Amino acid sequence: MKTWKIAALMLSVAAPGAAFATELEVTHWWTSGGEAAAVGELAKAFDASGDKWIDGAIAGSGGTARPIMISRITGGDPMGATQFNHGQQALELVQAGLMQDITDVAEANNWAEVIFPKSLLEACTVDGKVYCAPVNIHSPEWLWLSNKVYEDIGIPVPTNWDEFVASAPQVEAAGKIPLALGNQSWQSNLAFGALAIAIGGIDLWKEINVNKNMEAAAGPEMLKVFVAAADARKLAAKSTVQDWNQATNLVITDQAAGQIMGDWAQGEFQVAGEVAGKDYTCLPGMGVNEYISTGGDAFYFPLNADPEITAAQKRLAALLVSPEVQVAFNLKKGSLPIRGDVDLSAANDCMNKGLAILAKGNILPGGDMVWSPDVQTQLGDLQVEFWKSQDMTAEAAQAQYVAILSAGL
Amino acid sequence: MASTVRGNRWIRNLNSKIAALPMVITTMVVFVGGTIWTVVYSFTNSKLLPREEFVGFAQYERLWSNSRWLQSIENLAVYGIFALIFTIVVGFVLAVLMDQKIRYEDAFRTIMLYPFALSFIVTGLVWQWILNPEFGLQSIVRSMGWDNFVFDPLYNPDIVMYGLLIAGLWQGTGFIMCIMLAGLRGIDEDIWKATRVDGIPTWKTYIVVIIPMMRPVFITVLVLVTAGIIKLYDLVVAQTSGGPGLASQVPAMYVYDYLFTAQNLGQGLAASTMMLVSVLVVLIPWAYLEFGGKKHG
Repeated sequence: MKTWKIAALMLSVAAPGAAFATELEVTHWWTSGGEAAAVGELAKAFDASGDKWIDGAIAGSGGTARPIMISRITGGDPMGATQFNHGQQALELVQAGLMQDITDVAEANNWAEVIFPKSLLEACTVDGKVYCAPVNIHSPEWLWLSNKVYEDIGIPVPTNWDEFVASAPQVEAAGKIPLALGNQSWQSNLAFGALAIAIGGIDLWKEINVNKNMEAAAGPEMLKVFVAAADARKLAAKSTVQDWNQATNLVITDQAAGQIMGDWAQGEFQVAGEVAGKDYTCLPGMGVNEYISTGGDAFYFPLNADPEITAAQKRLAALLVSPEVQVAFNLKKGSLPIRGDVDLSAANDCMNKGLAILAKGNILPGGDMVWSPDVQTQLGDLQVEFWKSQDMTAEAAQAQYVAILSAGL
Repeated sequence: MASTVRGNRWIRNLNSKIAALPMVITTMVVFVGGTIWTVVYSFTNSKLLPREEFVGFAQYERLWSNSRWLQSIENLAVYGIFALIFTIVVGFVLAVLMDQKIRYEDAFRTIMLYPFALSFIVTGLVWQWILNPEFGLQSIVRSMGWDNFVFDPLYNPDIVMYGLLIAGLWQGTGFIMCIMLAGLRGIDEDIWKATRVDGIPTWKTYIVVIIPMMRPVFITVLVLVTAGIIKLYDLVVAQTSGGPGLASQVPAMYVYDYLFTAQNLGQGLAASTMMLVSVLVVLIPWAYLEFGGKKHG
């Protein structure tokens, strides 16, 4: 009798799954309006292919979500797939053998040829094996400007960082905040990174971050970047918000003239019903050096004992990179697709600027690819201290900057 | 008789000993075991995953030369000193006022204790809104006519810790008041009668007679408040997330960030070991006073 009951119970639990679809839990931290819509596209495509997408959205930012994901994977409760920023965030999990090798999917779908820029696939590759499926490109080096603020003052909208700084006194005189900047450390770090490329130039950036030349990091060229940041922090002194989207909102509501933020800010402008080029202006690479660094999101597939789940993981990996999903997802997300052979005719002004830069090949590796999360956290701490205190000197900040990078080599 | 029982002290009260066993094992494995593990791995260079590559005191050297950690300690010291003084003084004064055989004492006690029913996260969010210059106190006072009124502690690096302190006190004092009140009620009525006969003023009785008699209560309160201060985390996360800049960072946030976000276990564990040391500095004298004192008494 008892055995019967247990058998019946097991059958009733197992039956719905056994029908044909495999349920795959996918964790990610895409919870803002535009992001959720973009994830919806992925889920729709996966469900349509016959499997079942179980959404595991984790609210908060990546900093909140990643610890939860990592403890689930290391704690022996792996999800079907999970978002990370590709690069070094999941490197140790891969090295510890906790991630599914999807090299066969990559080879079958010819990822080596279609994924552009190639650095994205390289960031997914450890010891010649592919462990993640890149889904989009995000670049942090954008300056977002409110056209209305400049119209009200009666001066043209700046076309680069220098003009922006020059116009700041007039903006302040009109009672507006020249530069919106959230209080969290990663935002200060992002703003500094953008300034480093705009003021220091590409060669210096590569010398420090790719070739790891510490003399360049301590040199006078880099000091100029710190001095520029010290000037920029004065422009942001009156900005008291915490989150990046609150800062973006200051620009949308014309309380602030500009914000340095990644291309994901575009989603906020879209949700607010603003039109690129008319209500707001975007300047990739701060209008100075039109380079974008190609960080982005990727999905990793934790190793799983169940062969059915493994098969479903591989189906999902192939699906994420497929052209149709790439177009549907990235249009909603406002990010750039990871393959050059798709048609994004529906893209708006700002996305087209990004696509053009991408096509020219003016790209840099993202911060997560060149430095470990440990170094990134320390840089964030340094930058937020530097940007928010009005008395820390550029020289002192540079000395700490060099110390952090040297320790992280 | 006492000596014969002492001979079988392992068998005495066997039932209760067996009943306590699961908790004893949990304590040994989870608390003591976890603590030892933490201390041991703080001497390694573990990154995301623990590994046994010992590097001596390197993590501690890095920790104590890190400006964010030093600032965290300073912030906690400021918060801790003020929180300790104010919770105990305000808690005691409230308890004394409550002890004056007032009407509706139950209602007042409930009102005072209500904030304690809220978690630090809720407290933090509520006070974040109250102290927000655009929606909260500042804008209300300004709308009443004082246009230049400025009160934005959470956005001013110099006074942000006091903004946190306001919320912390609001949440914690009611609970301390209740403990103090229980202590006051434990004082024998005859003592009050005796002091009245001797003509000692009430305020003097409190300071000279009652407070010394309430020593165990004060020690308990001291330990509770101090432990709460050292592990201060959720209030800061909810109210300021450590900002502006690094102005309201606390040690627990440093531990969390390095353990998880920065994927540097060794560094995070070194910081948490330092927190453990500071807790022990508080706990050992307390244990000595509480348990050591009885032998003399």
